[in-house]
Amino acid sequence: MSDNYGQVRIALRNCGVIDPEKIGDYIAQGGYDALAKAIFEMTPAEIIDTVKKSGLRGRGGAGFPTGLKWELSGKSEGDEKYVMCNADEGDPGAFMDRSILEGDPHSVLEAMVICGRAIGARQGIIYIRAEYPLAVKRLQKAIGEAEELGLLGDDILGSGFDFGIRLYLGAGAFVCGEETSLMNSVQGGRGEPRIKPPFPAQAGLWKKPTNINNVETYANVCRIILNGWEWFRQFGTEKSPGTKVFALAGKVNNVGLVEVPMGMPLRHIIEVIGGGIQNGRKLKAVQTGGPSGGCIPEEHMDTPVDYESLVALGSIMGSGGMIVLDEDDCMVNIAQFYLKFTAEESCGKCTPCRIGNRRLLEILEKITTGGGAEKDMIDLDELGNIVRDCSLCGLGQSSPNPVLSTLKYFRDEYLVHVNDKRCPSKRCTALLRYFIMPEKCIGCTVCARNCPVSCISGERKKTHVIDQARCIKCNTCYEKCPVNAITKE
Amino acid sequence: MPQQAAEAAASFPEIDAYIDGLPDINGALIPVLHRAQEEYGYLSREVQLHIARRLQIPASKVFGVATFYSLFTLEKKGKFRINVCLGTACFVRGSEAILRQFETDLGIKARETTEDFLFPLDSIRCVGACGLAPVVMVNDRVYGRVKPEDVKGIVEEHLKRGGE
Repeated sequence: MSDNYGQVRIALRNCGVIDPEKIGDYIAQGGYDALAKAIFEMTPAEIIDTVKKSGLRGRGGAGFPTGLKWELSGKSEGDEKYVMCNADEGDPGAFMDRSILEGDPHSVLEAMVICGRAIGARQGIIYIRAEYPLAVKRLQKAIGEAEELGLLGDDILGSGFDFGIRLYLGAGAFVCGEETSLMNSVQGGRGEPRIKPPFPAQAGLWKKPTNINNVETYANVCRIILNGWEWFRQFGTEKSPGTKVFALAGKVNNVGLVEVPMGMPLRHIIEVIGGGIQNGRKLKAVQTGGPSGGCIPEEHMDTPVDYESLVALGSIMGSGGMIVLDEDDCMVNIAQFYLKFTAEESCGKCTPCRIGNRRLLEILEKITTGGGAEKDMIDLDELGNIVRDCSLCGLGQSSPNPVLSTLKYFRDEYLVHVNDKRCPSKRCTALLRYFIMPEKCIGCTVCARNCPVSCISGERKKTHVIDQARCIKCNTCYEKCPVNAITKE
Repeated sequence: MPQQAAEAAASFPEIDAYIDGLPDINGALIPVLHRAQEEYGYLSREVQLHIARRLQIPASKVFGVATFYSLFTLEKKGKFRINVCLGTACFVRGSEAILRQFETDLGIKARETTEDFLFPLDSIRCVGACGLAPVVMVNDRVYGRVKPEDVKGIVEEHLKRGGE
């Protein structure tokens, strides 16, 4: 095995290699060759056929076959069609798309032009988060340079084919990563999802046939066109060909982006590429798929990473966030963290998501602050399933995953919270109790003087005591004690 | 002057110029709101009404959109916007403690602003710098691998510039 520990760079092929602000660098790496091939040597049907045979699936989360999407929007009748790129990367802990847009913007532009050629569209729109100013700047520059060289705009490469791309800035709404919400946002409205069908391929942006793919999906397309679908299929698995970029973060030694062939076991990514867990701690779980995904426990670390295997474990591939958790992380706390996120980001259009997630969050808050009972765990499970089954869009359908997966794999941890009112990982601060160890206390009064609620009493040079009833668990005494005489449990 | 008359009299030449330069006003609402916030710092009632008239859409729609997206603000913000990242990567690496430290040091809660209007404190969801977790942003500047004891220095650094 080579020194990159089994990584294969297709989507990230140029990132960090070329100067993203120089189109010449991109062209020198074979850039825009795929476009020329698609325009002059292939018919639209052949382009679609190649993408279909490659087995490329959407890298934004759900894994819908890309070629099929192209075929559907290609077949839709209409004088006006759109090619859209979903660059509204909103999952906390995920930054694959950002890196591609900042490091290799032309790979996305070129693929969108090829898609336009394939489905008969002349307009492309990239919907990008306003939180990514550098990516916006580089895309703008890339569009300008490509237009100057006749690779974008009117009469591309003298072929008579016109295709323009413009940027559209989001305004901070997670739900806009859902494709129909995104389209409503581009139309100037609130980013609320639509009922499907009709699918975007039939009636998308401004009710015109629209093909929408994620950034990383597009970043794969040019190589598939250039090298052929057989080449692409040599990587990955039968059902999930190619590679996937993951944003490895959390308690792992090497954080950052990795691109691996599908089917690689999770353990290899974490232990070998990620260099294991920080500070010699023990791996507890891996969270994939962000707020829509779930937590996969240590015993399933040998699972191959592909769409189906992760769904079977109650998580999803998602856009590629991979957060490594160690034994210091509380799984109830993590579930609460994600629920808080989705409850705030729910757009409010459908009831199960708007109210259901709010109720789920309230139950979790009850558990992490010591008011829980075993009945709450049954409620979480039942309500979680209702929200999943009845919500209108992907946000609500997947938002209970963090709760349901932790309930399934870390039931014991929930039980300790509800029965013993204790948090084994000491993350749920409301459940903590602070004590001063008499054998260690030197009576220096530092804790008493720093306590914001003055609940520590004791005379100089004598053992101090914390009044549990008044303690607000602020951790100040724990940090200030010069002899580490304070313990929490 | 009665409120309605005041609203009618308010003029926003920068926004007018921007709208006049647009190829199509259909679907232009969000870019126009971005532009207005960039120009004035926040979206006042007056500017929202003005935009509604210019784009020929109901004011309720403008308000609906302005309140839907978290980047738009309807109130004036302070000078140094402190945003502590509570994205997952930062969260598991202890960003909650950083936020609490800011709350203690500034004497305010998250989503509040200090009385001198210098420091609005808030949390943010993932700036895509997870490799630097935990991350704090002050306006456009990113501080990486922040520890609770760094908080004081970050505040003081800006206090020094605050008087300028």
